[in-house]
Amino acid sequence: MTSAFFLSASLAILLAVLLSLYRVVVGPSIIDRIIGVNVIGTKTIAVIVLTGYLFERVEFFIDIAFLYALINFIGTLVLSKYFEQKGVESPRVTL
Amino acid sequence: MNLLAGFLICAGVFFLFMGAVGLIRFPDFYTRMHAAGKCDTLGSLLVLTGLACHEGLALSSVKLLIIAVFIFFTSPTATHAIARAAHKNQVPHWTIGEGK
Repeated sequence: MTSAFFLSASLAILLAVLLSLYRVVVGPSIIDRIIGVNVIGTKTIAVIVLTGYLFERVEFFIDIAFLYALINFIGTLVLSKYFEQKGVESPRVTL
Repeated sequence: MNLLAGFLICAGVFFLFMGAVGLIRFPDFYTRMHAAGKCDTLGSLLVLTGLACHEGLALSSVKLLIIAVFIFFTSPTATHAIARAAHKNQVPHWTIGEGK
């Protein structure tokens, strides 16, 4: 019962990840892609912890999730600082 | 599994999903950031807090709450950094009557 609940919750979050991946692939400017990647990373933290409950090894997966949160934060900061200086091309076309 | 944990996880999944829908549906960059930044922070916060409630009083729940506090600080910071990059480079914003 409990593991079925966790499995369905992580599948719903993975569906949301697929929806965000649309913005990463299509996104008109580079900065839309950056925010899509940031959103996917934040959702992945929740998915990693839920996966830990499915495998019944929560302690290890929580550490992995914390590391992933750190990497996601630093990566997004570095990308935004880089494109802040380099310039963002932004075509007017939106999908 | 107690009821509170289930409710918190369901609410968190709902917010994460709505954030993704907003990321697709909104017309320009700033409105997308509005959906992505807030819904994502609240959603992962609710999911992690619900899992900590499920765990009860243990080391794992303390770690989960530490991750939740970390996300609570870092996710708005990352969103602010991206918005600042867009604002400095004068990314055009959507106006009324422009279509989607």
